[in-house]
Amino acid sequence: MVTKVLSMPSNERHVIKINRPKMEAKQGNPGLSGSPEVNTIIESRNFWLYYGSKPGVRDITMKVYSSSVTAIIGPSGCGKSTFLRSINRMNDLVPGTHAKGYLGVNGTNVYDPKINLVNLRQQIGMVFQKPNPFSKSIYDNIVYGPKLQGVSKADLDDLVEKCLHSAALWDEVKDDLHKSALALSGGQQQRLCIARALATKPNVLLMDEPCSALDPIATGRIEDLIIQLKKAYTIVIVTHNMQQAARVSDRTAFFCLGELIEYDTTDHMFTNPSNKQTEDYITGRFG
Amino acid sequence: MADNKNNSLLEQAADFSRPLLLSPAQDMKGYILSHLGRAFLFLITCTSVLSVLLIFVFIIKESLPFIFQGTWSASINRMWEFFTSVRWYPEAGQPEFGALTLFAGSIYVTFGALLFAVPTSLIAAMFLSDIAPFQVKQICKPIIEVLAAIPSVAYGFFAVLVVAPWMQTHLGLSTGTNALNASIILAIMAIPTIVSVADDAMSSTGRAIREASYALGATRAETLVKVVMPAAHSGIIAAIILGMMRAIGETMVVWMAAGNASQIPTPWWNLGSAVRTMTATIAGEMGETVQGSQHYHSLFMVGLILLAFTFMLNLCSEYFLAQAKKIGKGGKRK
Repeated sequence: MVTKVLSMPSNERHVIKINRPKMEAKQGNPGLSGSPEVNTIIESRNFWLYYGSKPGVRDITMKVYSSSVTAIIGPSGCGKSTFLRSINRMNDLVPGTHAKGYLGVNGTNVYDPKINLVNLRQQIGMVFQKPNPFSKSIYDNIVYGPKLQGVSKADLDDLVEKCLHSAALWDEVKDDLHKSALALSGGQQQRLCIARALATKPNVLLMDEPCSALDPIATGRIEDLIIQLKKAYTIVIVTHNMQQAARVSDRTAFFCLGELIEYDTTDHMFTNPSNKQTEDYITGRFG
Repeated sequence: MADNKNNSLLEQAADFSRPLLLSPAQDMKGYILSHLGRAFLFLITCTSVLSVLLIFVFIIKESLPFIFQGTWSASINRMWEFFTSVRWYPEAGQPEFGALTLFAGSIYVTFGALLFAVPTSLIAAMFLSDIAPFQVKQICKPIIEVLAAIPSVAYGFFAVLVVAPWMQTHLGLSTGTNALNASIILAIMAIPTIVSVADDAMSSTGRAIREASYALGATRAETLVKVVMPAAHSGIIAAIILGMMRAIGETMVVWMAAGNASQIPTPWWNLGSAVRTMTATIAGEMGETVQGSQHYHSLFMVGLILLAFTFMLNLCSEYFLAQAKKIGKGGKRK
């Protein structure tokens, strides 16, 4: 399976390319420990997002590095999902939201009024809390995004196979590609949603509690998948499950009441948190 | 103070001073009451079910003598005439009962109405379910639904006094009361039903699949047409069938607006000619027939055909609504 993921030619994957002068120069990766060749893919500086007049996240400043898994943990209502959904502008669907500050993807502010939402969302895939396949066949679920991009019919079969391989679902569904996606089990549906997100050839995958509706076995498979996918994709995952954050992520951010409390490598965070609140949360004393 | 109260309550709750078993009298009372209540509710439910059955029986009983009279060959001839002849002269010296024009009339105005109502309603339903802000939907939907509450005779007035003269002067039609006029008015009457049911179907597809679509880079139009509409197709079909039932069973408007000439339009697409529907025929002629006469039974035959039509449409809409419900719940579907 690993070889299959890697076998996707790297030049096939698009990098965010928006034909406009970049608002911010690309920055290095000072601060956090990590290998020197990693790049900053997502950068947030003093970012606020309001629901009406109430801030959902306050003053977030953090960087997400390429080809790694960044976990966001924190108690319910702390703004983890809000922050995640700001990155691909899914919060636009909630009436009355507005943003303040800078949230850049590959150096472009996503809250720039001139942002190309279609390109942004196709290059930042998203996987949701509850598996949400369309009531179409497995095949049609995966080709939905590529068809919007105008990928020719001849290439679709190949793409479907690749995406299903990458999402570790091919062997289970290869004979049933034209059956309804709703007939799959919950875990299979979630992997289908991952395959569907990969089909638009994204650079980043956002995962909003992708395992919270799944049993431990399905969760284990998704976690294995996440670890494989990070070789090719930058992954940001919101999770309620601290063991999950510890298992899959390279860096962890702890949010509380809309603020970023602590952000560090996962090893450091779970062994030696520098903040009292973080320590209380990860040891289960609160939250 | 609060503590004291709490303590005393706890002491009270500790002893089981009230018996846990029913006394024989209480037991009997409960038994009788529950069975009486059940019987009463069952009886009331039966009345409505029975009345539907009785209507069926009554109409079938009154319509069969029209066909089955005299010899077998005469019966078959009469049936053949009824379904294929275009000559409806029930009160002539040599009466003829060719009801084909009446079927055609009903079909013309019904499909004519759908022609106007379906596109309009679906666009309105799309707007209400996905585009209109919440407050706008809260105001618009009840107003659209009020359209269904306007008495049909009021629509009939509108058809005769406004639409008919307008058609004569602006479309150059010889008569303002025609299939087109009836179709337009029936469309207006069917719109609230279709909009309301289709909007419910589209809204109930939920936020999850919309988010999935947007997250893949789809625009709102693409999401609506490629994801929401297919997911809601059962509900949308049911909505259209319900609208169709409204149009096919409507009497007063077609009686006033369709012109009541028992003919099949020539050429066939000419909606500007007057037609006569099954419902208008029954309503118009029933008062003038002798009870038990051939004409009387023929009208019941027309009614039976109409009933069969709407019954089938009703079954279809029930089927599609059940499908839509399953999908709305996210259930499995082949």
